[in-house]
Amino acid sequence: MNTRDASVTPARGGVWGRLSDLFYRRPAILLALLLGPPLFWIGVVYVGSLLALLVQSFYSIDEFSGRIVREFTFKTYLELLRPSNLDIVLRTVLMAATVTVTSAIIAFPIAYYAARYARGWVKALFFIAVMLPLWSSYLVRVYAWKLILANEGVLNWGVSKVGLSPLIEALLSLPVIGGPSLAFSYIGTFLVFLYLWLPFMILPIQAALERVPVSMLDASSDLGARPGQTFRKIIFPLALPGIVAGSIFTFSLTLGDYIAPQIVGSSRLFIGQAVYVHQGTAGNLPMAAAFSMVPIVVMAIYLWIAKRMGAFNAL
Amino acid sequence: MQQNTVLIAMPENARQVSSSQEASFPAAVSLASVSRHFDAVKAVDQVDLTVHEGEFFGMLGPSGSGKTTCLRLVAGFEQPTAGHIAIFGEQVDGIPPYRRSVNTVFQDYALFPHMNVVDNVAYGLMIRGVGKKERRRQAEETLELVRLSEFVDREPGQLSGGQRQRVALARALINRPKVLLLDEPLGALDLKLREQMQVELKSLQRELGITFVFVTHDQSEALSMSDRVAVFNQGRVVQVGTPVDIYERPETRFVADFVGSSNILEPAFCERIGAPSGLWSLRPEKIRLAPEGLSDEAGTIDVTGEVRHVQYQGATRRCVLAVKDTELALAMPAVGVEPVVGRTAHVRWRLDDMHGMKQV
Repeated sequence: MNTRDASVTPARGGVWGRLSDLFYRRPAILLALLLGPPLFWIGVVYVGSLLALLVQSFYSIDEFSGRIVREFTFKTYLELLRPSNLDIVLRTVLMAATVTVTSAIIAFPIAYYAARYARGWVKALFFIAVMLPLWSSYLVRVYAWKLILANEGVLNWGVSKVGLSPLIEALLSLPVIGGPSLAFSYIGTFLVFLYLWLPFMILPIQAALERVPVSMLDASSDLGARPGQTFRKIIFPLALPGIVAGSIFTFSLTLGDYIAPQIVGSSRLFIGQAVYVHQGTAGNLPMAAAFSMVPIVVMAIYLWIAKRMGAFNAL
Repeated sequence: MQQNTVLIAMPENARQVSSSQEASFPAAVSLASVSRHFDAVKAVDQVDLTVHEGEFFGMLGPSGSGKTTCLRLVAGFEQPTAGHIAIFGEQVDGIPPYRRSVNTVFQDYALFPHMNVVDNVAYGLMIRGVGKKERRRQAEETLELVRLSEFVDREPGQLSGGQRQRVALARALINRPKVLLLDEPLGALDLKLREQMQVELKSLQRELGITFVFVTHDQSEALSMSDRVAVFNQGRVVQVGTPVDIYERPETRFVADFVGSSNILEPAFCERIGAPSGLWSLRPEKIRLAPEGLSDEAGTIDVTGEVRHVQYQGATRRCVLAVKDTELALAMPAVGVEPVVGRTAHVRWRLDDMHGMKQV
């Protein structure tokens, strides 16, 4: 009962005690301590090197000596506009767009099922199934696809067993996207990209759909909307931020990849391969930098359009 | 419309008025031995209910008693595992929600976050292909009805709970539903707002003449708003009647206890205090403090007990009296003599105020 002895504000003492008191009185100090290192990392290492890249792209290469001329010029960018280089840009952007749209279409039902219906262990199984491919080496998976898609591969074998070989042959005889075999055509590259990036599309859509309460779908139905209308007016707009987030992954990952199209596909270059070639054997760093700027600009334009279309309104 | 005004003016007679007309006017909503079982859980079990046209019908019960599932069955969000539901005489078995002219006000309001207030309200019209101008005109009109005109272009996120509730109400009412279903409509509002909305909902319903069916776990809300109340317990309807019926003449121990608090007088206790044998419900406000020794008045019961607790509640004072092995709750006006805890007190009630219940 001797309450006189105990202080109402007992001191904790020590350096740590004083430090936590300081943080209590000046929360800004704690915030600065927490944010300082990562901000330094992003600022110097990340943004800094990106700026260095930008600067490089405004240099040019002396075509006789092969030396880099460190003078500001648009020469490299003008070279980028040459038909052979523009082809590479166009090919890559089209591939990225096709992969993005297709993976969104495939991912949506899977994500919808996982968000609305899967519970308990089924949901755990869903996450494992989606992420499992990410646990194995990217190279292994791409080479596996090369074997699957090869003329002597398991896909052709299976297709021939059910008598659908003419279908594959018809597909391969198509101009541009066809080729000598699936493993050496754009179709093959497309399939590999689709497989590689699908998890990055499923997960954000699933997360977005998870946040749509069931009562909202009930309400739409209650107000007279058929399932198709509810999808267009409610589910799709509310899932759009997730689709956009997923498409940022699939789009930029396809734009920058240089290994998959090297292993599976025709011999024609994608942006990533062009960067690789220019900075490596060709030693044309300014050109490599200019190519690297393309995905950044394309993504910026893409996000700007997405924002204009209200994709982030439901965030 | 004529019939509606009659029903609303005399809610206590509503049952008789419409039952005499049942042949020509089908019930607004009728459930015939409807069950909804989720595997072993009998959410709704063998429920028979009739809601008359123009009625303000309350479904009251503790959480998990099946009242919300019942509402969802009428709306079409769930399908009964057995039994039949009819709305204005039409069987709705297998009919999806979007083909029922019934609208719902959801407990969480379920406003669409990517649309502003007016687009939320006009959603039903947009779905039906009404033009943009006409949509806006009607939406503004309906928002005026729920007194929310100045918030037309706001986003749902910028509104308070009470305002969101009005938007949800307007969104449902704009479709002129035959029956409006309200799932715990006032549950998320604070007391003052809740009392205000009770009055507004009631007058709105009178004005529009639409049948309202609402779900609540709040007995005072059910009593004050409904023309008739169905009390739910464990998936079953245990009693249906006017608020006066339910409160004054509870048929079971559960109803007596859940709707207002009640003293349950067990047969053994009755014997010891000289009351007629049986299972009785006795409301706390029917028991009065009485001067000792004047117990010869006919038709009354007098008992003496020890005061256990006294609670001051503003207008009333609640007091618990221990009489032999039973505790009696009393509610008395807060004016007058205050019983003292630990002292004995003498109380009296009239035999007429004891209401007999089914022995369970």
